[in-house]
Amino acid sequence: MPARVVTLQIDGRDVTARDDQMLIEVARESDIRIPKLCYVSGLSSYGGCRMCLVEVEGTSKLLAACTTAVTEGMQVRTVTPRLTEYRRMILEMLFAERNHVCSVCVSNGHCDMQWLAQHLGIDHIRFPYVYPNLPVDASHDRFVLDQNRCILCTRCVRVCQEIEGAHTWDVMGRGAQSLVITDLAQPWGESESCTSCGKCVQVCPTGALSEKGRSVAEMSKRREFLPYLTMMRGETGNE
Amino acid sequence: MLAEELKNIAVHEREAKAAVGACVNVCGAAGCQSLQSDALAKALVEAAAAQGYGPESCVVRKVGCLGLCGAGPLVSVEPAGIIYQRVQPSDAPDIVNALQGPPVKRINLDSKLPFFARQQRIVLENSGRIDPERLEDYIAADGYLALTTVLSEMTPSDVIAEIEKSGLRGRGGAGYPTGLKWGTVAKAIGSPKMVVCNADEGDPGAFMDRAVLESDPHRVLEGMAIAAYAVGASEGYIYVRAEYPLAVARLKTAIRLAERQELLGNGICGTQFNFRIAIRLGAGAFVCGEETALMASIEGKRGTPRPRPPYPAESGLWGHPTLINNVETFANIAPIIRRGGAWFAGIGTERSKGTKVFALAGRITNTGLIEVPMGITLRDIVFEIGGGVPEGRHLKAVQTGGPSGGCIPESFLDTPVDYETLTKLGSIMGSGGMIVMDETSSMVDVARYFMEFCMTESCGKCIPCRAGTAQMYNLLGRFVDRTATRADLAQLEQLCDLVRNTSLCGLGQSAPNPVSSTLRYFRPEYEATFATEGGE
Ligand SMILES: Cc1cc2nc3c(=O)[nH]c(=O)nc-3n(C[C@H](O)[C@H](O)[C@H](O)COP(=O)(O)O)c2cc1C
Repeated sequence: MPARVVTLQIDGRDVTARDDQMLIEVARESDIRIPKLCYVSGLSSYGGCRMCLVEVEGTSKLLAACTTAVTEGMQVRTVTPRLTEYRRMILEMLFAERNHVCSVCVSNGHCDMQWLAQHLGIDHIRFPYVYPNLPVDASHDRFVLDQNRCILCTRCVRVCQEIEGAHTWDVMGRGAQSLVITDLAQPWGESESCTSCGKCVQVCPTGALSEKGRSVAEMSKRREFLPYLTMMRGETGNE
Repeated sequence: MLAEELKNIAVHEREAKAAVGACVNVCGAAGCQSLQSDALAKALVEAAAAQGYGPESCVVRKVGCLGLCGAGPLVSVEPAGIIYQRVQPSDAPDIVNALQGPPVKRINLDSKLPFFARQQRIVLENSGRIDPERLEDYIAADGYLALTTVLSEMTPSDVIAEIEKSGLRGRGGAGYPTGLKWGTVAKAIGSPKMVVCNADEGDPGAFMDRAVLESDPHRVLEGMAIAAYAVGASEGYIYVRAEYPLAVARLKTAIRLAERQELLGNGICGTQFNFRIAIRLGAGAFVCGEETALMASIEGKRGTPRPRPPYPAESGLWGHPTLINNVETFANIAPIIRRGGAWFAGIGTERSKGTKVFALAGRITNTGLIEVPMGITLRDIVFEIGGGVPEGRHLKAVQTGGPSGGCIPESFLDTPVDYETLTKLGSIMGSGGMIVMDETSSMVDVARYFMEFCMTESCGKCIPCRAGTAQMYNLLGRFVDRTATRADLAQLEQLCDLVRNTSLCGLGQSAPNPVSSTLRYFRPEYEATFATEGGE
């Protein structure tokens, strides 16, 4: 079925969209930036971080803007006191979950999570820190994986599978014990499937994946390739 | 197999059974089997032979669950209607000896007990009465009659209309109307369509689905085949816990036997209808019972949920329209077709029809499996059927719905058991776990136990469930350790609200229920644990 064109309202603004588009994308086109961590334009939606939850008229459920397709006449609110409070709490729990110490992080100043925390006005964490003892894998020639900074957004997993086609990355374990792994939990440097393309590093929202030789605050990420590659492949990623 | 042949087998089987003098049934379901009911069956066979009984005068059969699991191993004698409890192999000679006289007193269990008399069996109608490994036994109990009726006399929309009329709702927990779900899959565009049976039963303390699969596996296959005909599916999967080896073995046997008789497979009952069923073993995680995670697992992927919509009915297994129902839901189908939707709708309450199987556990005299009409009160279940709380203790609360449910206090015991009422009380019907607690149970401990379960079973995909259950578990630990403050209590409630409203799937959305329901009814118990008076 060919996509239809629909009109809807986001934060009181009338916008038009194709009905196969996700809300987050449509909002972005109108320069309405819905907070997000796991979503990245050009990759399939995951729906894990819950940052992009929005309120939609007619349902009491909060809907993730990255996995909700627009419909005709939809009325969406992306910023409400309730949403802001939920986003803050979720983000605070994320900071407490692993060892996110910005001041000594390679991604300080270039981190999506840090940016979002500032944007939401978080100045302290109300939950006790868990301080897990997690490994760092520096076995790869050019890249480092620091599990302490990982927020399990699976951007690396998706870019590796969907764009590079290598599927080196995946997730193992369950709950808070989940870890991103290369191949079957082998050291990254020994991975046979990794092409060392570095796309995972570029899409990683935090300092979990970085290039070797970067010092504190030096790791800024380049993501321009993503929409370009997706366009060249002629897919939207959201099948 | 054709309807005529089916009837012949049924008649033949019933005659053969009537001709036998006595039938000694030994429970061969997992509970009694773990108490060596195999050795018991052997001893009974030997005792019968030793006392001169031949196959025409006494048969010893292994049957499915007899219900009162706490008093196993159980044996029943037909046609006398005698039930024996805690039977040891050494009791075998006496049991055989008593076939022609009064029952053996020391192990006799009164079959008129409310535990048996107050139950109403639809799903478990054959449980404990037929040998689950013999297809003929099931056929003699009108098995596959519904399937042949459906294939020869009803259109798919007739079938769906009948299920709708029955008012049957899903027994997997959420209580979604089954007829409506079938109608949606039937209308969905795409082929082939799939039918999936959810047998991943993961609630702690729940074993309803296991009992059905071990006691009467053909009933589930028949229900699935009828569903497949109704929605236009040709492929089926049963996703069953790997921790249920006996259920898996009996399902495999049942599928093989049904296929051999053309009750499954190609050209079922001589018609054009094809339906194959394959078994998939669960990946060992509670969350794999969630329908989208379950389907991912069948596809060979990591069992994590995905957002809905699209619902499985529209895009399920490998993108095909998929009907997914629970074991008990499918087990209700054949009787509904045989006896009519109106009959089924006559049982239960306004919005909850039929019966529900519960697994009774905890501080209760009769632990085991029961099937009761919807609308029965909790009090009747606990005190009549369950025999009350042992050791002269008092009932404090009844937990239903497992880690997604809540605790209902003594003061609400007279409320009828149906979907809406339990939800209103802050619990849920759930899949059928029912744990009775007396005054020695700490509600904070209970809440922490279930939170620990949710924390370790969270798949980790969404942050509120992954990190929120861990934070709540830690907070509850402070109440257990008596170091909590009023601020902790406030944060606990905030987290309940957050995790409920922002989690991706039902696991996280319902994980706060044990906490919020105990807070609702037993708040002073939390406050009593404050480190200082007033908790400041
Ligand atoms: C965490 C979680 C675990 C679940 N586990 C089961 C289960 O073990 N068995 C089951 O039948 N349904 C389970 N469900 C419900 C299923 O997602 C689904 O609703 C059900 O299989 C539908 O069947 P029904 O309509 O016949 O109830 C679970 C749901 C959640 C959120």
